[in-house]
Formats: sequence, C-alpha cells, structure tokens
Amino acid sequence: MATIRIPPVLRPSVGGEREVNAYGSTVGQVLGALADAHPETRTQLFGQDGQLNRYVNVYLNDEDVRVLQGLQTEVKDADTLVILPAMAGGAP
Amino acid sequence: MSLSGAEYVKQIRSQVDEVDPAEVRELLDEGVVIVDVREQEEWDQGHLPGAVHIPRSYLESRIDGVAPDRDQRVILYCASGQRSALGAHTLSRELGFDRAESMNGGFTLWKDRGYPFDLPRKFTPEQRQRYSRHFLLPEVGQEGQQKLLDAKVLLLGAGGLGSPTALYLAAAGVGTLGIVDDDVVDVSNLQRQIIHTTDRVGMPKGESAKMSIAALNPDVEVRKYALRLDASNIVEVIKDYDVVVDGVDNFPTRYLLNDASVRLRIPVVSAAILGFEGQLSVFAPYDGPCYRCLFRQPPPAELAPSCGANGVLGVLPGTMGLLQATEVIKLVIGHGEPLIGRLLIYDALAATTTELRVRRDPDCPICSRPPETISDEEMGVFPDYEAFCAAAG
Repeated sequence: MATIRIPPVLRPSVGGEREVNAYGSTVGQVLGALADAHPETRTQLFGQDGQLNRYVNVYLNDEDVRVLQGLQTEVKDADTLVILPAMAGGAP
Repeated sequence: MSLSGAEYVKQIRSQVDEVDPAEVRELLDEGVVIVDVREQEEWDQGHLPGAVHIPRSYLESRIDGVAPDRDQRVILYCASGQRSALGAHTLSRELGFDRAESMNGGFTLWKDRGYPFDLPRKFTPEQRQRYSRHFLLPEVGQEGQQKLLDAKVLLLGAGGLGSPTALYLAAAGVGTLGIVDDDVVDVSNLQRQIIHTTDRVGMPKGESAKMSIAALNPDVEVRKYALRLDASNIVEVIKDYDVVVDGVDNFPTRYLLNDASVRLRIPVVSAAILGFEGQLSVFAPYDGPCYRCLFRQPPPAELAPSCGANGVLGVLPGTMGLLQATEVIKLVIGHGEPLIGRLLIYDALAATTTELRVRRDPDCPICSRPPETISDEEMGVFPDYEAFCAAAG
C-alpha cells in the first residue's frame, strides 16, 4: 500500500491527515483510490478529462510523475506519492 | 653542533619542492590550492589572484579547511620563499600532503616579474571584529566577506519571511539591501515580523526595517521601495540587484517576478509558508528551472488560501526566512550546493523535511525562450487569476 503525503490545503478534505495510505499499482490508481475514499479531493486533483490538474504536481518519491509515465507510472508498496500544489503565503 | 637559523632554513629548502612563479602563473585557474602564508599587513598590500590567506602560524590548524585531501596539490608562498618552504616542509612531513610545494622567490619575485595580483579591500578595525567569525571560515574568509559587502540583494516584503532574512543578511554584511513594501506595521504583524517593534505600529514597514538594520549594522545601505510591483515598474526595480528574495503573499507577484527575473537572468530565492509548512527553492534562470517550470499555473481559489488571511505559526517564517538568507549567502560567496532544481518542504509539526526534484520544462512558456524575447505585456500574465481571488473574497 503506497503512502500519499497530503499538503496543508488538502488536509481538510481527508479528515486532517498528513498522510493517507491507498492501494493501486499505478499513480492513477492510487490517486483514484484516494479520491474514492475522500471524494472532495477528486476535483482538486483531476480535471474533467481525468488528467491531473495542471496546477497540481505529483511526485513519486522525489520525481515529478510528469517526467515519468504520468498517471500510468508504476507504484510499489514502499513508494510515497507527494501531492504539491503551489503555495504563495508570505505571511504579510 | 647546532645549526644557525639561516642554515636550518637553507637545509629545509633543499628538502622541499620549489616551483617557479612562471609555473604558478599557469596554474592560477587550474584548481590548485594556492596559500599565502604571510602576515595580515603583507596580504593587505596585495596577493596572488585566487590565493587563500592562512598566516604561517595558523597553517596546520586551518589547512584542512582549504585542502581536505592529502593528494591535492598545494602551493605555498610568502614574501621571499623561506616561510613558505618551512610551511611546505611541515605539510609534507608532518601532515602527509603528497604535493606541498613552495613558490621560489615569493611574492617579491612575482611582483618584480609584473605578474597580476589582487589588492584586497581594506577592512576597518571595526569590520575586522564584526566579521571575524566569517573570516575564520575558509568558505567565506575575507574574499567572501568582500563579496557580501559588494552584494546587492532585493527583498520583496519586510513581512514574516523578509524580517529574519533582512536582519541576518544585514548582520552578515550584505552591503546593499533593497526592501519592497508599501504596507505599514500592524500590531498583528509582530507575532512573526521581528524586524519591527511595538512602538513602530503605523510606521511604513520599509522605514521600520531601515531603522532596525541601521541599528544592527551601519555597513548596510538600505534602499526602500514603497510600491507594489507590477509589469510597468518591476524591471526598473530589480535590474541592479544580484539576488532577489521572494517572500510575497500572492501568486500574481510571484509569476511577475519570475518572468522579469528570467528576462534579467537574476536568481530568485523563493519561499512560501502556510500553517505549519514551508516550501523553499532557488530559481536560477537558465541554470535550473524557473517558477513556471515548477508551477505552470496557479491553483484556483479554493486551493490558494493566500487569497485571504490564514493562520501561520509565528516561528515558521523565521525558519524559512533564514533558510532563504542562507541560500542568498551561498549564491553570493559562491560556495556550497544551492537549492537549484530542488524543492525543500519543511513540516514544522512533524519536524520532517522532504526534498523533491524540480526539472526545467522544455515547454516552459518563459524560460524555454531567449530572455530578450520576453515582453512587458506577457510578464506575470496567466488566465483568470484575479477573478478567482475576487470570488474567494
């Protein structure tokens, strides 16, 4: 079961958790399982075409899945997916 | 029968490998460690370009800082070649250096031959004390301190991130600090914006920051910009700076800064914070990815809480601001591995850091093109962001 690191802006959608575990053998399957378990995350992660939203980066361990095979990238049990939306907070 | 001092030196010189200044001149840019073992006042009169200064009496205790490997080639010089021969002898015999050599004739012969030399900045006695802990670091030293004093660093905002960054860069002796901020000090700022004080509530932040910096280090010139950056003024504001520190609280300015800094090839040390979490990266145009390579588009309002006010742990911008200041100093002195092409996430609650790789996007709308083709009209432009923020209230 892969681990998904949840960024602060998405934590309210997963009950406040920092990390969530989900099954799947590809990035798309793991994130799909996350969206099934926590439906609010679906529109935040995926566009209507089923692809990752352009403003969300997803990393398999430390590598952007866009430079791998995208949602088809293979995921192993020990892997960590990091969801990274842009943050602009500078605490004015 | 005991030797005279002169005989002893002569004997040592016969045991040490000596190199001619002509050969050393050929090696100036070849990565050979060249150490000036003379005293401070001799060094101040001029030294070989690229040489490091370790007075003979500190040679054994400081040599590892500049030549950690014993198989590194090290050439010592002094005024005439005697002290450097004694030093090279010690490095070879006592410390196990394979190639520790002495320059024959020393700096005197070097100058007589008309070879180039550098005249170091004259530090005042007060500066020698103030920066003495930097001088003791081989990676900084007098050369690095000179670079810091000559550096011009622009801070976008004297807020949560900008406060600690400005204070530490000022303390480090960064000679020129620009501060862009059109806000005034509010009492709710003081939980984290440590450059301001309670009795300055209501004062423009740039003015307050300038007062704190002047009290800390009179070497620093502060330039205030009480304005909001937009496409019409950003190039004029940032063009003379060596490094820009981005701690702004909104996406439009981050994209605008990115596009302008790529056009002007100015590195940006960028941090962002939210709640208990911070992000940090260095965007060095054309050496690494730019902000648009990392985030092609800003998120919509529901995922961009910076549109409105949000909570932040007061110490977190301190942590992230000091990591920014550290990256700035590394860029200025040219040492270490800057956080280019990497993004660091710091989770304060969990006390964990995560590092991600950031790659240049070959299709990046900005940095895949030559800088001169980036026009005023397209800087900071992206679809419908203002509308999103307005909708979020």
